[in-house]
Amino acid sequence: MGNVDRPKQFLSIGERPIIVHTVEKFLLHEDFDQIIIVTPTAWINYTRDILEKYIGTDERIVITAGGSDRNESIMAAINWIENKNGLTDEDVIVTHDAVRPFLTHRIIKENISTALEYGACDTVISAIDTIVASTDGKTISDIPVRDQMYQGQTPQSFQITKLKNHYEALSSDERAILTDACKILLLKGEAVALVTGELFNIKVTTPYDLRIANAILKERIHQ
Amino acid sequence: MINQVYQLVAPRQIEVTYDERSLNSGRVVVRPTYLSICHADQRYFTGSRSAEVLAKKLPMAMIHEGIGKVVHDPSGTFKIGTLVAMVPNTPSETDDIIGENYLRTSRFRSSGYDGYMQDYVFIQSDRLVEVPADLDPEVAAFTELVSVSVHAMTRFDQIAHSRRETFGVWGDGNLGFITALMLRKLYPEAKLLVFGKTQSKLDYFSFADETYHIDQIPDGVSFNHGFECVGGIGSQYAINQMIDYIIPEGTMALLGVSEEPVAVNTRMILEKGLRVYGSSRSTPADFARTMELYQMYPDIPAYLSNLVSGVFQIRQIEDIHQAFESDLTNRFGKTVMEWCM
Repeated sequence: MGNVDRPKQFLSIGERPIIVHTVEKFLLHEDFDQIIIVTPTAWINYTRDILEKYIGTDERIVITAGGSDRNESIMAAINWIENKNGLTDEDVIVTHDAVRPFLTHRIIKENISTALEYGACDTVISAIDTIVASTDGKTISDIPVRDQMYQGQTPQSFQITKLKNHYEALSSDERAILTDACKILLLKGEAVALVTGELFNIKVTTPYDLRIANAILKERIHQ
Repeated sequence: MINQVYQLVAPRQIEVTYDERSLNSGRVVVRPTYLSICHADQRYFTGSRSAEVLAKKLPMAMIHEGIGKVVHDPSGTFKIGTLVAMVPNTPSETDDIIGENYLRTSRFRSSGYDGYMQDYVFIQSDRLVEVPADLDPEVAAFTELVSVSVHAMTRFDQIAHSRRETFGVWGDGNLGFITALMLRKLYPEAKLLVFGKTQSKLDYFSFADETYHIDQIPDGVSFNHGFECVGGIGSQYAINQMIDYIIPEGTMALLGVSEEPVAVNTRMILEKGLRVYGSSRSTPADFARTMELYQMYPDIPAYLSNLVSGVFQIRQIEDIHQAFESDLTNRFGKTVMEWCM
């Protein structure tokens, strides 16, 4: 993003870092006992500093080291919870990309209620473009029916013990190919419910996204 | 955080916009729960305000009647989770004589300043009044409208002479119903007459002593003081009819909003020595008084629940459109939106 050294959640939208915007949305939900930010070890102090600078101290916020990939980072958060409080079957975790600051109260609320009801859920929007599959990257292998296609966003939410047990039962090969936490449950035959996301719940991962995010905020400010 | 604000950008066109806010702004953060549609919102939604007004006020988030839950309070005034009614009038100065809702410098939510259709409302702590936990949230949603009526009563008490044996209320809509109900409770010994033009709406006023169709008022009807709750061009006929039937030296409260100037029989105001006062909007004190009255007279919220004509769960912008369109077809009652956006 023009600055390869700094993870993108620390870049700013408007006046403040993306991660600050995102964390604040979670702070406004009284259902959360803890808001755990898993971050690369080298960035723990930086994360703490900017959250204190822009938000102040809040005892619900915990910053801990992440893992080697997305799922390992979720497991790091779960381990933190287990060490601190133990785990019960009633505990639910809402996992979210720090770089999706546009989420809404409804999305978080429906994630919590749906995870409690189904054990797991994924935030999605209907696919806008036709999805084309290609196994070799050269020719089309399939064009799935668009009405059945969705684009995955986050949060993804889980009954913690269910996610943990299924993840631990996977072989290391299975873990290596998993890029999505919901797939852990799918592989084990569990139902994962859908929560309706929002088109604007974008992931800010490219310079283009950052420009879009800043542009729609400026549009408002200049009114 | 990035706060979603659902603004009316043009008649019948609501879009999401994004507002950068900080939890360290000193404002209380309220998550809206139940909102209610007012005629004033409908005038924006349908584009029935003048082109100049629309150009000046839009884009803007509508809705100034609503309750919500406190989710963040740097002032420490409210516990997290407290249910509160939000006061739309927002003064920027104080005055020993002039009420905050009459100061020309005050701002008003959903009138050139964003109303409550937002993910979170950032608001000063003195603009919040706690809602009793056992109050029906669908009724609590339109506390603002009730507080406008309560405000008019408080002013009436300061302005009117002390003979209060008979009251006349013009208007068989929501404000007329609420005002008549409040008069019934605050002046239980007085005779309460309600004047309207739709019999099916007048039938709701079961607590009134008499209801009259405005074209069939019997000879000899009179009252000490009157409240005009008609609004629009109809307020001209209502005000002049009130002037005809009111007993001399009575007080007339004007509560109905009209977009156009209305012609009033000033000659008879002079001859009868009437006092005519305007009343508009309300203050946190009026909201607090309204909550007191709800607790003092539990049948007030019970009667008011009859006004709830439709409740819409709002999860997407299309749901807002449906609520507003449905509200337009209701001749009587309040449309409430359960805010789940």
